[in-house]
Amino acid sequence: MLSRVAESVFWMNRYIERAENYSRFIDVNHQLSLDLNEEVPNQWLPLVHTTGDYELFAKKYSEPSPVNVIRFMTFEEENPNSIFQCLSKARENARTIRENISTSMWEVLNEFYLYVKDYRKLYMETNGEHGDTLSMSLSDFLSTVRKNSQSFYGCSDATISHDEVWNFSLLGRFLERADKTTRILDMKYFILLPSVHDVGSTLDLLQWLSLLKSASAHEMYNRKYKKIDPTDIAEFLILNDTFPRSIIFCIQEMQEALEKISGLKEGLPRNSAQDATTVYLNRLKSENIKSIFDKGLHEYLDDIQIELNQIGSKIVERFFTN
Amino acid sequence: MFIADYSAKNIYDEMFSNEGFPRKSYDFVKTKMESLGGIELLKRSSSAERALMSLGITFTLYGDGGEQERIMPFDVIPRIVPSEEWINIEKGLKQRILALNLFLNDIYGEQKILKDKIIPRDIIESSTGFLKQCIGLKPPKDIWIHITGTDLVRDGAGAFHVLEDNLRCPSGVSYVLENREVMKRTFPELFEKLNIRQVYDYPYHLRSMLENLTDVSDPVIAVWTPGVYNSAYYEHSFLAQKMGVYLVEGSDLVVENHKVYMKTTKGLRKVDVVYRRIDDTFMDPSSFREDSLLGVKGIFEAYKRGNVALANAPGTGVADDKVIYSYVPKIIKYYLGEDSIIPNVPTYLCSEGADLNYVLDNIHNLVVKAANGAGGYGMIIGPKASKQEQEDFKELIKADPRNYIAQPVLNLSTVPTLISDKIESRHVDLRPFILYGKDVYVMPGGLTRVALRKGSLVVNSSQGGGSKDTWVLG
Repeated sequence: MLSRVAESVFWMNRYIERAENYSRFIDVNHQLSLDLNEEVPNQWLPLVHTTGDYELFAKKYSEPSPVNVIRFMTFEEENPNSIFQCLSKARENARTIRENISTSMWEVLNEFYLYVKDYRKLYMETNGEHGDTLSMSLSDFLSTVRKNSQSFYGCSDATISHDEVWNFSLLGRFLERADKTTRILDMKYFILLPSVHDVGSTLDLLQWLSLLKSASAHEMYNRKYKKIDPTDIAEFLILNDTFPRSIIFCIQEMQEALEKISGLKEGLPRNSAQDATTVYLNRLKSENIKSIFDKGLHEYLDDIQIELNQIGSKIVERFFTN
Repeated sequence: MFIADYSAKNIYDEMFSNEGFPRKSYDFVKTKMESLGGIELLKRSSSAERALMSLGITFTLYGDGGEQERIMPFDVIPRIVPSEEWINIEKGLKQRILALNLFLNDIYGEQKILKDKIIPRDIIESSTGFLKQCIGLKPPKDIWIHITGTDLVRDGAGAFHVLEDNLRCPSGVSYVLENREVMKRTFPELFEKLNIRQVYDYPYHLRSMLENLTDVSDPVIAVWTPGVYNSAYYEHSFLAQKMGVYLVEGSDLVVENHKVYMKTTKGLRKVDVVYRRIDDTFMDPSSFREDSLLGVKGIFEAYKRGNVALANAPGTGVADDKVIYSYVPKIIKYYLGEDSIIPNVPTYLCSEGADLNYVLDNIHNLVVKAANGAGGYGMIIGPKASKQEQEDFKELIKADPRNYIAQPVLNLSTVPTLISDKIESRHVDLRPFILYGKDVYVMPGGLTRVALRKGSLVVNSSQGGGSKDTWVLG
């Protein structure tokens, strides 16, 4: 396939995955805020930290109020990562590769985009300026975003050949997902408890639970573990190789996609993107949660992000530029 | 709502005779639409619009309030061409394409037609579409014009005329195909009852025509688009998708050892046939315009060496120059020994002294067009223009008479069209698409373009025109 097309497929999927993750972040945070009393300040700021867009946010808004954060993450035109911008860019990418995807995929994505665009218009005209709470309808909006992104994946799965286009889709989707899972886990680092005495308190556990929910992981987690425990949660989201949002699962998927793209199996000449992924996957497999916590979770997550960035640039080098 | 206040007097209406009776070909459609009633018709029309919006068949309008996406205006009342008329159109178009192709072969070869003084040499040499670089060129299978969209109009008496030939990158065929899909969903009962000739197989014809351009078995074919900002980008990607071939931009291509390659995730891959949707002179900065950012260096040389086939061949523009258009009946006679089946619209050449004086004196009654204009640009419709505009245009003509032709204002035929909640008459033209491969294939029907503004004769989509599905019955 054309390098340009591979790149667009990759980004189209990253943007859709990103939009889906953002919608979950916002929704879960909202649910959490309903459970908390007003003594917990700055409930919304960690979200902006988590996405890595704090500087941009601070330039544009004076305070991290719910309405500002929501607006910034969903509809802000100047935030390149807002749900609206992700959808616009996903669709622009799709437009340049339409001959490579099915009409039904394009239709799902196009309608998805039109939905977000129309909702944004409505929001800006009504709630946007003076609304201060997450309205019922915004919650519906966020859930529709998730459903649409999942229909897009379902539709891709069922209507295009599982060839190179498909494998570059997986590469984009799982690289983005791994990145977002590290950020979800890291969220706890930014959510300050009122005091150290609150470690292990109801509030602490509630926050860990909402973090699980942000990764749509609480049900699968509950099936495996009996109680809410930070170590178990981290283990589940980093090292569980059957849960589709865990880091290790995402890396496995990427390795497999890369193998299929190159048509090379282990033992044969390989490319640097594959090498980096395999080396990293093997490292993950050899790790356990105790050593991770010994190192410090936040530091460990930073390392993962660096690793992911390196894999990302190797993919760019190997496949997108020639 | 439907017919009661519809009037089409003093004009050729496709649906109604001057006496107000429906023409035979429209009988069933009229009855059916009346029985559906106005409200149902509006309902179906808006659901057709929604379908087009979902499919993303849109263009973007920029204005105050930011950008707005609109669908290509599409009208659900079909335009019907009776089969007995179509048979003649089909013959006439084939004749025209064959003759124009022989003309191109000759013009870039022996130039017999110039030596025999059928066409003045300076008219050819002064045409911007005439590319000296193409002299002596032998395109594969001696075919130059593989894809044509010829514009037809009816005069006041209902006779079809050729308004112009589009031999370079005619667009609109994707709308024909999409409109048809939407119409089938909108009026299934009409399709069940009427024997409407199908158009869905156009991409297959197009693909096999492109395959015919090379002897490579299982050739790599690409549609070459200027990119996503081109107004016809949707069509480029549509055709690539329907044919199952690559869609490439200039930056995806590279020429090495006079062969054309595209950049893929597995390295360079040779390209055998390119359906280019980019103008001749932008194709290759090393042979034509140096400033072209869209082009691919060396592709013309690769083409000349027979290492890649291009459709349409470079240089075809000379045959759709509007001045040369006026010679087409003579061209047909010269190469085929036949009279033209579909007549031209009478045309005045401003390069000829007598014609020029007539045009300057009668500009208020004429349509004047630039010889190489397209998309409704570079033209004036005399009766609709102000005195000042007429005077200004006269200066343009006097400064460069070779570049202008004039034609009488044709009272283009009309078709009933849904305008907000009324049915009104609107002017239309017709662009059938013709493919020249092993044989000549004429798509049954084509793009009916509608001038949506009341009384307007300008049907170009770049000037706010819309479209209708075109049905050839039988």
